[in-house]
Amino acid sequence: MSDTVIKVEHLSKEYHLGTISHGTLYRDLQSWSARLLGKEDPNSKIDSIGRRVRNSAFKALDDVSFEVKQGDVLGVIGRNGAGKSTLLKIISRVTAPSSGAIKIKGHVASLLEVGTGFHPELTGRENIFLNGTILGMRKAEIQRKLDGIVDFSGVEQFLDSPVKRYSSGMYVRLAFAVAAHLEPEILLVDEVLAVGDIQFQKQCLGKMKEISEGGRTVIFVSHSLQTISSLCEKCLLLEDGRIKRFGATTEVVLEYLGGGGSSCANFTNLGKVVGDSFVQLLMGEVINNKQEPVNEIDIREPLAIRMRFRVLQDSAIRYIPNFHFIVPGGLYAFVSSPQKLHRLSSGDYETTCYIPGNFLNEGAYYVGLAISSYEPGLTIHFFEPAVLTFNIKDPMDGSVGRYGFGYANVMPGVVRPQLDWGVQKLT
Amino acid sequence: MDRQDNWTTIIRPVSGWLNFNLAELWRYRDLIVLFVRRDFVAIYKQTILGPLWFLLQPLFSTLVFTVIFGKIANIPTDGMPPMLFYMAGIVAWNYFATCLTSTSNTFVANAGIFGKVYFPRLTVPVSVVIVGLLTFAIQLFLFIGFFFYFYLRGAPLQPSLWILAMPLLVVQMGILGLGMGILVSSLTTKYRDLSFAVGFGTQLGMYATPIVYPMSQIPERWQWLYAINPMASIVETFRFAFLGSGSVNPQYLAISAGMTLLIFFVGIVLFSRIEKTFMDTV
Repeated sequence: MSDTVIKVEHLSKEYHLGTISHGTLYRDLQSWSARLLGKEDPNSKIDSIGRRVRNSAFKALDDVSFEVKQGDVLGVIGRNGAGKSTLLKIISRVTAPSSGAIKIKGHVASLLEVGTGFHPELTGRENIFLNGTILGMRKAEIQRKLDGIVDFSGVEQFLDSPVKRYSSGMYVRLAFAVAAHLEPEILLVDEVLAVGDIQFQKQCLGKMKEISEGGRTVIFVSHSLQTISSLCEKCLLLEDGRIKRFGATTEVVLEYLGGGGSSCANFTNLGKVVGDSFVQLLMGEVINNKQEPVNEIDIREPLAIRMRFRVLQDSAIRYIPNFHFIVPGGLYAFVSSPQKLHRLSSGDYETTCYIPGNFLNEGAYYVGLAISSYEPGLTIHFFEPAVLTFNIKDPMDGSVGRYGFGYANVMPGVVRPQLDWGVQKLT
Repeated sequence: MDRQDNWTTIIRPVSGWLNFNLAELWRYRDLIVLFVRRDFVAIYKQTILGPLWFLLQPLFSTLVFTVIFGKIANIPTDGMPPMLFYMAGIVAWNYFATCLTSTSNTFVANAGIFGKVYFPRLTVPVSVVIVGLLTFAIQLFLFIGFFFYFYLRGAPLQPSLWILAMPLLVVQMGILGLGMGILVSSLTTKYRDLSFAVGFGTQLGMYATPIVYPMSQIPERWQWLYAINPMASIVETFRFAFLGSGSVNPQYLAISAGMTLLIFFVGIVLFSRIEKTFMDTV
């Protein structure tokens, strides 16, 4: 494999919980000499059945193996404590693994936190050099790039004042400007986009894109699934230090969100009935306009949510099928139900909600399926939250409201409808 | 197998004791220069007297020592002007003590930056020692100024050819301070007590070294004790070189050099092992 630039092999990282040492030198020496002689550590804990617990260790990473190819933009997602940051720390050599190995081709630079090593008393210019060398650049190299760095940061006027006089925004911009000009073969980014203003975030994302398009590799840790979806083709999902899923971003993001949610959910073989004595949920699916179940749809394409349900008894009730669209983070995008309601005799039915193209925003959506009725009061016959998931994908070819590549950042919002606009010259 | 794949970096668990990478340190020499610059420039920013502090500190220590040890306690100075005698000791000892105390908290003080980005950790203590060297150079000029002042006034000063050995001694003091400092800093990642012990220890160490008294005041049968204090023979040689007081004991100097190298070696080995994982324990 000639184009593999990072190869992670059976990587594990253990942290010892509680006290790191026994607190006294004597006990440490005792444990150490016991280990050296291959004897039982006299200071190790003994568990309830009399075995010696080797250590109350916590595995932040547990036998993780994967490969990253040149030019990949790899997103790393997972809950807090899943091991994302530990992974980056090991790749960036801040700490060493407990076992396993990482093989790397090329220079690695990390944006684990921008502004590392900035000294408040030094001027902006001095800090550019200091920070740049800390991040692994040579002095001559920084000199060559100085103009670019200063331009990018937009703090020219203040270049010779100490950075302690800077606003926090200026500080971050200067710091990122240095990091952005590193030109490493492999760039590690950890949540740095959370700081800085919108304009600046745009610059950052643009720079990340530029780096990846230049054939270089980016590993990007973030909680923003929207950003991950729009920037990364590949994604790594970590859970409790293990790889839960590694593959195309869409499927990994969906796995993360739904914990296995899919584009198609069948409720007839669950062994339990979803519903009440009036209606039962049979199945739900996400389909494209060719009636095929899909979990990823181009933002320009229409899609539909289809639900099958069974009416168990004839009644005067007019059932209201309703679909709940929720975005990651739990925010409701909207709830949709049919305009017209019908009395339904017993039997199986299928209902479909059509969503036009160019309406939803890019990113993942969950769909909750429900049927309720209003006769006489509100009755919820069933409500299955977030059983379906799908991902809307912006092709990022500049076609959908991005004006070429004028805007490469995440479009905020839960929907992105294309509306009619008028421009008139006032006389 | 891996070599054929020409990986530039292979990250593995800590193993073995000799993984000190001098080539990498050299590659980061620009960083050392900038660290030196940072520490040297930033240390007295926003102070009224600024760089004057480099001179005030040894000057006042010397005055205090002259009054207390020279005038009140009446400790003899081998017939040398007390000012010069004390200043020689103070300047030399300060250099060593600064190297030791400011490198001894390398890991703890830099945990923030070390936790975020990798660069050879040794750049920090090395640059600290260079800053100490620059400070020492400034203070040495002060000393030389006083030297000429007393010389011209006819004090019985007999500078000897040992002055030529000065650069070696300066390097040795730096290496000794660096070695002890990184040794302590490696151990403080686990046992914080040591950071207290260092401050206290350097204070006491000064009295175990002929700074405020001449070697000649030590009874013959205790002189061997000073052989195992590597700073003792350095300070003594320093004084002899400039002032001609006391004596040079090549045997003691050799022991001192040997101990310096041993401490430095142990320090480097421990430091380069600890630097890989200290983030987990600090």
